[in-house]
Amino acid sequence: MEFEAVIGLEVHLQLQTKSKIFCGASADFGASPNEFIDPLTLGLPGSLPVLNRRVAEFAVMLGLAMNCEIRQFNRFARKHYFYPDLPKGYQISQFDEPICERGHITVHFGDAVRTIGIKRIHMEEDAGKNIHDTRTHSSLVDLNRAGVPLLEIVSEPDIRSPSEASAYLKSVRQIARFLEISDGNMDEGSLRCDANISLRPVGQLKFGTRTEIKNINSFKFVERALEYEIVRQMAVLKSGKEVAQETLLFDSAQGVTRAMRSKEESADYRYFPDPDLPPLVINESWIEEIREKLPKLPEQRLKEFCEVYGLSTYDAAILTAERACADYFEAVFKVCNNAKSACNWVTSELFGALNKQSVDIKETPVSAQHLGELIKLVEGETISGKMAKSVFEEMFATSKSPGEIVEAKGLQQVTDDGAILAIVRQVFEQNKSQATEFIGGNDRLHSFFVGQTMKLSKGSANPKKVNELITAELSRLRAEAQK
Amino acid sequence: MTHPSQLGIGDLRTALDGKKTSSVEVTTALLETINAGKKYNAFIEVSNEQALSQAKAADERFARGERAPLLGIPIAIKDNILAVGTKTTCASKILGNFLSPYDATVTKKLRASGAVIIGKTNMDEFAMGSSNETSTYGSVKNPWDLDRVPGGSSGGSAAATLAGLVPGALGTDTGGSVRQPASLCGIYGLKPTYGRVSRYGVVAFASSLDQVGTFARSAADLASLTEVISGHDALDSTSVAKAAPAYSSALTKGVKGLRVGVPKEYFIKGLDPEVEKAVLTAIRKIEDLGATAVPVSLPHTEHSLAVYYVLAPAEASSNLARFDGIRYGFRIPEPKDLKDLYYRTRSEGFGKEVKRRIMVGAFVLSTGYYDAYYLRAQKVRTLIAKDFTNAFTQCDVIASPVAPTTAFKIGEKMNDPIAMYLSDVFTIPVNLAGLPSMSVPCGMDGKGLPIGLQLIAKPWDEEALFQVAGAYEAATNWHSMRPAA
Repeated sequence: MEFEAVIGLEVHLQLQTKSKIFCGASADFGASPNEFIDPLTLGLPGSLPVLNRRVAEFAVMLGLAMNCEIRQFNRFARKHYFYPDLPKGYQISQFDEPICERGHITVHFGDAVRTIGIKRIHMEEDAGKNIHDTRTHSSLVDLNRAGVPLLEIVSEPDIRSPSEASAYLKSVRQIARFLEISDGNMDEGSLRCDANISLRPVGQLKFGTRTEIKNINSFKFVERALEYEIVRQMAVLKSGKEVAQETLLFDSAQGVTRAMRSKEESADYRYFPDPDLPPLVINESWIEEIREKLPKLPEQRLKEFCEVYGLSTYDAAILTAERACADYFEAVFKVCNNAKSACNWVTSELFGALNKQSVDIKETPVSAQHLGELIKLVEGETISGKMAKSVFEEMFATSKSPGEIVEAKGLQQVTDDGAILAIVRQVFEQNKSQATEFIGGNDRLHSFFVGQTMKLSKGSANPKKVNELITAELSRLRAEAQK
Repeated sequence: MTHPSQLGIGDLRTALDGKKTSSVEVTTALLETINAGKKYNAFIEVSNEQALSQAKAADERFARGERAPLLGIPIAIKDNILAVGTKTTCASKILGNFLSPYDATVTKKLRASGAVIIGKTNMDEFAMGSSNETSTYGSVKNPWDLDRVPGGSSGGSAAATLAGLVPGALGTDTGGSVRQPASLCGIYGLKPTYGRVSRYGVVAFASSLDQVGTFARSAADLASLTEVISGHDALDSTSVAKAAPAYSSALTKGVKGLRVGVPKEYFIKGLDPEVEKAVLTAIRKIEDLGATAVPVSLPHTEHSLAVYYVLAPAEASSNLARFDGIRYGFRIPEPKDLKDLYYRTRSEGFGKEVKRRIMVGAFVLSTGYYDAYYLRAQKVRTLIAKDFTNAFTQCDVIASPVAPTTAFKIGEKMNDPIAMYLSDVFTIPVNLAGLPSMSVPCGMDGKGLPIGLQLIAKPWDEEALFQVAGAYEAATNWHSMRPAA
């Protein structure tokens, strides 16, 4: 009997709003402990929540981007439990009336294209951080993160493999970054993932018992945790036993999943609608306003890059992986009007240099305008392709324009036939023995002469012309020799 | 000049504006009165130095030509309302030494109007009670009879206002906690429409029921004080953006043509016959002044108490979850671990009645019981509110008793929570429906204890309440009665 994995993912996305979801304290990160606090963040008596409209806007944006139905009548609910990082003793979330439902996204992985259902998206607030100090046997509570807005995205259990799961997560991250609602960094905690997985015989509709794996903090670990869990559950089932429904943690050092020691015996959250927050009504016109302002989504840009720019799916995927890259590419294209060149230069030279120096494209020292100009210089044969590469290096180091650099260093390609011919003849003069051999019939010396000519011209001669002229000169010299 | 303890807000305003006295003089005099009135146990905290420096500042503002309704006038606020410079204890051990880190919006409004915040008044712990007997700081005594309760939970504010310790005070009303003590003390008490006054900085008991209310010894004073604290607050999502009208102007409108609804369900067995008599007499008086009494029915009244004692504890159990000894307030010394810290802090920090309500609240919200209790109670609440909407198609104001009895003896009901809960049977439906309501002094019983008339109006129609109160006050003397010194 063959089994298949049935996987659903719950993603928590930290939103990059200026202030927290229910109060004006800063939602930024990286501050010293308990800097971004106010009465509500501290759960002071008498404090009250006020919804940050941006959060609802971001939620609708994400819902639309994921093809969801947007709920017009929204309520917030209180979810109760006691823990030091939860200052009010309850988290304000949404329970049975989430802001977005019944959506789907398209996920590419490898050559496959799959549609993964989105069950729901809801708004909620983040908790603070507990840091356990083993020296003093105490816990330190930092509430900077308490109240930061989160969107919880719950997928349908449509995912069938660990690599698909990883691809799904990457798509979610990509969408969030394209919308500029979150930077989706798993290692910084702005994207968190819990995975639900069960196995069932292929063809069976009924779900098997699922386990939940919590707080996996990288795409790789998601794959590994699921891979491990599949093997583990398979072993349990093969031995005739039943899979226990439990919550697990992934031990990334050992590569195994481990049952969580139940810190709260399945807590009763005592959900009820938060009486401090009136229902949020989202009308049609606001949804339309948001829909109109939506930036193009990754899927759409990928399609456009293939159809409009004639790029391969492979190249288009690289360029549209990040919105900033896609925008950059288009800006370069605007200047040089050559998609293929722009693609090559951006993906190999620019990305190569950025990666090497660990610079983000948003901080690129080479502007799209300048790169476009550089490409034009090559197309217009002002400089050779080889020369352009070193000009690029200089551009990257100094942020100067290519024109400036070429001008200053006198790197303009020599294309004048007469000038190149003079150099070619000089090379022939200076390399008499090779010249004799060459004229005598050793055609393999052609590249030697090209090389020497390029060298003598300090790389500024147009290689195509050099080639042509050497061929022409060779013919002339051979013809003469036969006289 | 008459001693400030005998002067209301209006009279003090006249004296101050006429430069007959200063805020420092008035404040000093009232601080003495408060000190002499310790037997009432009306205050948890008296801001001696701060009050005087506020008074000095008020006098300076006045000297610079500034005029404002409460400029220089001492007002007391219930100890569940935050005011920087004071502690806010909610009469509970769990907030024993908690210093107010910020001002409530109503506090800000009082300060903007120049009021001198003279101290924090005693109350039932976390506003849960109808007699001011559950306070960690001891019971408040009714100035009419020191063996009797002043009512609750805003017993301190009521007693202080009655006894002349202050000309006016703020309280909070969740199920009657302003109106019922006003009635038992023989003064005016108002609960505004839900959403009229900001709850920001007011320690929450039941979020969908709480409102800050006002106490005063005359209808005009009540109007002035209420005007100052009313208005939309962006910090409170449940406060409504409706401009508060000048209630004072309704006081002289008269009641000609006004229809006063008399709900039959409020005149029931268990209602003290003397209270009933006084209330019916008052209604007849209002008719004499030009109104018409019409019988109305509020058929779901009998379910109000049950609905309230499901919803209020539920919300309270949630609102009081934050008192966990972690960030502020009382924490047991040397906790063994986190669980121990939580268990012992909350067990020792909260009083019996508070714990009782938290348990009831947690239960009705729990899985398996939510639908049968909380959800169902909310649905019945809608029916109760609809009763009023229907009644208001036939009348403009509803009149009823405030409490089924006059002030009872201290200790009389403490062993029987249900008997205690029954004190609020007439006031609770009003909170469930979010309506504005006022207690008006309308009589005395054979023991010399005050009786209050409850007036209820449509949402946002506090003016109708002041209209009736103003006319009734002009024609009667109950509001002037004071306990023997």
